[in-house]
Amino acid sequence: MNKILRHRRHPIAHFMVLGIALLAIGFGYTLLSPSNAAVATNARSQAIDEGRQIFLKGCSSCHGLNAEGSSKAPTLLGVGAAAVDFQVGTGRMPMADASQQAMRKKPVYNEAETAALAAYVSSLAPGPAIPNAAQLNYERDGNIAEGGQLFRTNCAMCHNYAGQGGALTQGKYAPTLMGVEVRKMYEAMLTGPQSMPVFGDRALSPQQKLSIIKFIKGIDAEKGQGGFSLGKVGPVTEGLVGWVLGLGLLIGVAVWLGAKSK
Amino acid sequence: MTDNHNGHESSNSTALSPLSDPGLPPHVYRRADTEPAMAKKAERQVATLFGLSALSTIAFIASFVGIKKDVFIFVPLFGSTQAQQLALGTTLALSLFLIGAGAVHWAKTLMPDHEVVQERHELRSSDEDRQGVIDVFHEGAEAAGLGRRSLIKRTLLGSMGLVTLTPILFLRDLGPLPRKQLETTNWAAGRRLITDPGGIVLKAADLQVGAVAHVLPEMPKGHSETLNDLVKDAVIVVRLRPEDFNLPADRKDWTYEGIIAFSKICSHMGCAVGLYEQQTHHLLCPCHQSTFDVETGAQVIFGPAARPLPQLAITVDSEGYLVAKQGFTEPVGPSFWERSS
Repeated sequence: MNKILRHRRHPIAHFMVLGIALLAIGFGYTLLSPSNAAVATNARSQAIDEGRQIFLKGCSSCHGLNAEGSSKAPTLLGVGAAAVDFQVGTGRMPMADASQQAMRKKPVYNEAETAALAAYVSSLAPGPAIPNAAQLNYERDGNIAEGGQLFRTNCAMCHNYAGQGGALTQGKYAPTLMGVEVRKMYEAMLTGPQSMPVFGDRALSPQQKLSIIKFIKGIDAEKGQGGFSLGKVGPVTEGLVGWVLGLGLLIGVAVWLGAKSK
Repeated sequence: MTDNHNGHESSNSTALSPLSDPGLPPHVYRRADTEPAMAKKAERQVATLFGLSALSTIAFIASFVGIKKDVFIFVPLFGSTQAQQLALGTTLALSLFLIGAGAVHWAKTLMPDHEVVQERHELRSSDEDRQGVIDVFHEGAEAAGLGRRSLIKRTLLGSMGLVTLTPILFLRDLGPLPRKQLETTNWAAGRRLITDPGGIVLKAADLQVGAVAHVLPEMPKGHSETLNDLVKDAVIVVRLRPEDFNLPADRKDWTYEGIIAFSKICSHMGCAVGLYEQQTHHLLCPCHQSTFDVETGAQVIFGPAARPLPQLAITVDSEGYLVAKQGFTEPVGPSFWERSS
């Protein structure tokens, strides 16, 4: 210690002490500070900024500069990240044209851009969040029988009893549920996109939502036993085929029966 | 049993009838009738059809034994299908059809096809037979004393007349009369709204704007909904922004902060009106496309329904649960004869 103290009058001693103190504070700060949260907050605000940029370029012409909505499009305040993830993630937004209904197409924005947009919109006003993988474990948490009951009461009138989709009024339609990602179906129930009503968590619990998804996935994975499902529309197409094809064949046979042999 | 037998007979009546009977056309012989080679060919064809049928039956048995039940194949136009079911169906249909086709072809080419006439005997019985029956009847009636013993005759007729009343009692016993059942539901003041299926007792805060819920009345302990109740009690609840409503003045307080409830039973044919378009606030019946406008109290704006859906007045109780303010003020569902309104 004395060896060091001997140099205390040295011209650079002040600088050495200052340097050591600064280093100590620096290390101490990095060791003790909640560094991860800081980085995450930073990343989140960065995503919000990115999302804002994308929003201003791609969405604000209809939804307004501050997502307040316009005559062309509804406000996005309070729709939440889940709605953005559904609409943008399935390619429904941005709309190709102002037709009756935004339809599913190849997404315009990639996953990171969608996440940034979702972060931006959810930063404006609170709304339903994007469900994480643990919330979507329908195999574990869903009950397929309960899901079938719920589906028939709440969903089947629009989406068809086998989830094939169906017509609504004036060119609108309920899309097919076959091959739709679990997260997107969950978000659709949560946020009620377009003509679809909202099924909030307190009127249709998360577990009940997973049951419905399990039921839909069950139909999706079901192999056709008899073939010729005819779109699973029901008796209309089956009747048409029965009358046209079946009766046609029978008429052919009757003609052959009645024809005289030469 | 001779050819053109009828032709001779009809020529006799030509003078009496304004339309002459042309008789049968001359018989046309088939090639198999006249050419032995053609007959041989037809025989081979019939045998081939029967033989193919036998092969199909063997294929049916083989596919039953040989194809596993979990094999699924994709057939163009037909889609994914279970291989065994497809094979069983096709082979069985072929084996049955080919037996029939062989038999028909046999009959058409080789079996005799000469037109044959058989005269029908006269339908009227001979005079002796007719008189005989009458005699036997009179003899029997005389022996039984029908004419003399009028007491027996009258009591017999009376008892036979009375026994015809019994079917009327059976008709009355087909079931109780419906009484007021068609006009009443289980909805009453204070009944809470419970989702079905799901079993969630709804609070006003549970429904966001744009939300829809399918509910039944919460029954008191010990009571449960029967199937007959279900078809009357089903109610659909939707939530709009309160300023979207354009309701008649007397219905303004039938809603609660934009939450409005209607009978789900279509006033046309009784289907469940469950199709709700969130953006247009239209309720649709999927059966016949009757469209009801929620904003104006489910007035019919399209389709065959003649009346708006009955509205259920709702409010919240002290705990915040949605409850019915009163029962339905009109019968729910389609029209019936005795319907009062």
